[in-house]
Amino acid sequence: MFDSLTQKFNNVFRSLSGRGRITEDNVRDAMRQVRTALLEADVNFKVVKDFCESVTQKALGAEVIKSLHPGQMMIKIVNDELTQLMGPVDSRIYYVSPGPTVILLAGLQGSGKTTTAGKLAKYLVSKGKKPLLVADDLQRPAAILQLQTLGEQLGVPVHCDFDSKDPVKVAVKGVHVARSSDRDVVVLDTAGRLHIDADLMDELGRVCKAVTPHQIYLVCDSMTGQDAVNSAKEFNDQLELDGVILTKLDGDARGGAALSVKAVTGKPIKFIGVGEKLDKLEEFHPDRMAGRILGMGDVVSLVEKAQEQFDAEEAEKLQQKMAKGQLTFDDFLKQMQMMKKMGGMKDIMKLIPGIGSQMAGMDVDDGEIKRIEAIVHSMTKKERQNPDLIDASRRRRIARGSGTEPHDVSGLVKTFNQTRQMMKTMSGMGMMGRMKAMKQLGNMDMFGGKVPQMKIKQRSKRKKVDRKKKAKGGQSRSKGRR
Amino acid sequence: MALFSRTIEKLKNGLRKSRDKIGNSLKTVLTLGRKIDEELLEQLEEQLITADIGVETSMQIIDDLRSAWKEKKIAAAEDIIPFLKQDLIACWPERDRQLKMADQPPTVVMITGVNGCGKTTSVGKLSYWLSQQGHKVVLGACDTFRAAAVEQLSIWSKRCDVQIVKHQQDSDPAAVAFDACEAALARKTDFLIVDTAGRLHTQQNLMRELTKIRDVIARKIPEAPHEVIQVLDATTGQNAINQAKMFTQAVNVSGIMLAKLDGTAKGGIVIAIRNQINIPVKFIGIGEGPEDIEPFDPESFVEALFS
Ligand SMILES: Nc1nc2c(ncn2[C@@H]2O[C@H](COP(=O)(O)OP(=O)(O)OP(=O)(O)O)[C@@H](O)[C@H]2O)c(=O)[nH]1
Ligand SMILES: Nc1nc2c(ncn2[C@@H]2O[C@H](COP(=O)(O)OP(=O)(O)OP(=O)(O)O)[C@@H](O)[C@H]2O)c(=O)[nH]1
Ligand SMILES: [Mg+2]
Ligand SMILES: [Mg+2]
Repeated sequence: MFDSLTQKFNNVFRSLSGRGRITEDNVRDAMRQVRTALLEADVNFKVVKDFCESVTQKALGAEVIKSLHPGQMMIKIVNDELTQLMGPVDSRIYYVSPGPTVILLAGLQGSGKTTTAGKLAKYLVSKGKKPLLVADDLQRPAAILQLQTLGEQLGVPVHCDFDSKDPVKVAVKGVHVARSSDRDVVVLDTAGRLHIDADLMDELGRVCKAVTPHQIYLVCDSMTGQDAVNSAKEFNDQLELDGVILTKLDGDARGGAALSVKAVTGKPIKFIGVGEKLDKLEEFHPDRMAGRILGMGDVVSLVEKAQEQFDAEEAEKLQQKMAKGQLTFDDFLKQMQMMKKMGGMKDIMKLIPGIGSQMAGMDVDDGEIKRIEAIVHSMTKKERQNPDLIDASRRRRIARGSGTEPHDVSGLVKTFNQTRQMMKTMSGMGMMGRMKAMKQLGNMDMFGGKVPQMKIKQRSKRKKVDRKKKAKGGQSRSKGRR
Repeated sequence: MALFSRTIEKLKNGLRKSRDKIGNSLKTVLTLGRKIDEELLEQLEEQLITADIGVETSMQIIDDLRSAWKEKKIAAAEDIIPFLKQDLIACWPERDRQLKMADQPPTVVMITGVNGCGKTTSVGKLSYWLSQQGHKVVLGACDTFRAAAVEQLSIWSKRCDVQIVKHQQDSDPAAVAFDACEAALARKTDFLIVDTAGRLHTQQNLMRELTKIRDVIARKIPEAPHEVIQVLDATTGQNAINQAKMFTQAVNVSGIMLAKLDGTAKGGIVIAIRNQINIPVKFIGIGEGPEDIEPFDPESFVEALFS
């Protein structure tokens, strides 16, 4: 399901970037895909609606319309907007002096409060603090014992009262105990409750009134669906939250609740829980979360990188040349260098469904580029522009000048001619199309398959067979010419 | 079913509060005398998606509606709820909802699900529900991992007055399952209900552990486990589909217990699960007490979905 989603998004990406100038309709089409992506990631319907409206406005701005790569630009806008909405990063815990700083954890049943209390205690210890855990869940069977067990594992004291029925008293006593035993942070674990349970919400309100926590965090399950807005809003209205902790992100939930909760409360997401163990607490990164919600890995920073490498103006010029079949060896060299730069990103790109496979076989190693560079630099200006001039004697000269063999030169010329032909067909393709074509270029044997150490590395078996075939042909031909 | 009036009341109570804040209820969209048109269908789609039914399944439902409308089977807004009820209720025929019993007791029910969804509580409630019907029940405390999980189930066993088989924290859960099966056989109980540790469906080693527990049970008691119930938190969104897929792969889930339906979430994802993975819902959880369990009734579920 999610794969197909990524595919859909890739389609938008492709169709937009392939078209050159885009229209308002294109933008709206693409936004429909964004809408679906967000809904499937469990972002609340209303939040999605608002989001899409604002992004559509931005996208319709001159920026996208004039952009050379409207698809990429749009993904960037979507991603930036998502990141911005979920940010800023604010993982600091604000301590008071004199202490103790009181932190209260609240949330629905089973969201992860008790576990998170343990994780926070561990985090606080690592920051040189002396936390006290307070077991203020007097509802759930064995809740106190659960927190005690965690405290024991951590060597952090736990205040509890097995006989009390009054969470207000236990909380007050807990803060007291902290003060008298020189603990500087109190972490209050409370019972899970439904936001619509008036009595229990009221009880929590009374606990807050009694101990005035310095920080109140909502602990929210990242697998939550559309309802996240309802509970978060209610908790925020009644308790005035200071932040949110999102749990269970170690699974494969897309985590749209992050956006929903942020949108309705306006409160920062402080930490994320990424496992059951007590060290599985991390800072929240809105940019990573944006990629996760969109279901496309970190595609945007990738696109940005690609854009940096791929100077837009130059690309345009190159494209026009390609279209006319006017590619020169200089351009070819530039193209190879670009591919090399992109090769550095292939590890990241491989992670992205759809693109990953396109990248296979795009390995260009340094040595090869250097050799190509050397050969091209040994050509005269005329030869670079018109490779047909290169006959046997010129070939020998070029080989001598570049420290290669004549058949390396002829192999390169052949590849260049093929490339030029391919690029002519390729121009007008979108980013994805171009990538595919570049992959083919990568598979093509730069030197007619003659010199093993100069080969573009190839991966799949099928390609290896192709290469052997080509190698035979190339060999006999170059022999014949010599 | 008298029980259900209480459910609907509870569900409606929950929904009433949130209604003013987020969206209009379906019933306010479907005002009397209004004709069906594309705008109305769009509003309906919003309702369905907001109930966590998911984009894909919601669109399918809307498509069904649209064809019925084009074929002039329905025309007015007030025809819509009866039509949808009929459409959706057909997803859960009676026989699919019943608890499968062993020919020869004990009937073994294994409870699974992700972390914190409500498994242990559901084990407690189920044991209460069964013992209320005069069945003799034993519990197997196979969550040996989570802090105080064994203790939690022990409290439930006392509360519901049923027996329990347990080991130490951190012992092998499959060994507990083995002993629990022996106890159920030796004590001639009608039911053995096995609690397991919460685990995310993406954790392969833990999913294998679950399969191992199942296999131990199957070796000990022929045909067992007779039911593998996945507990699903009603607030869960689209991730529930992956959960259901992976748990089914590991232990062949036979039914869902939809817990925490007493909140404002509508649990619409079970429609998508039925639609895509074909797992029926068998029970619902509507609170934290032993009596807060009911057999799933599609009609009141759909009623609550649109109220
Ligand atoms: N995989 C994973 N599991 C988690 C995470 N945080 C908590 N859990 C698990 O979720 C389950 C519920 O966690 P608890 O800490 O008991 O939740 P709670 O909110 O205190 O529950 P109540 O007190 O009953 O409302 C346990 O099985 C935890 O181990 C997390 O980040 N990742
Ligand atoms: N309101 C409400 N709360 C429920 C329901 N079912 C379970 N809970 C609560 O949800 C929380 C988690 O329930 P557990 O039974 O401990 O969940 P679990 O799946 O066993 O959790 P782990 O073993 O930690 O994975 C507890 O606070 C329960 O009281 C329900 O139907 N309604
Ligand atoms: Mg707790
Ligand atoms: Mg449990």
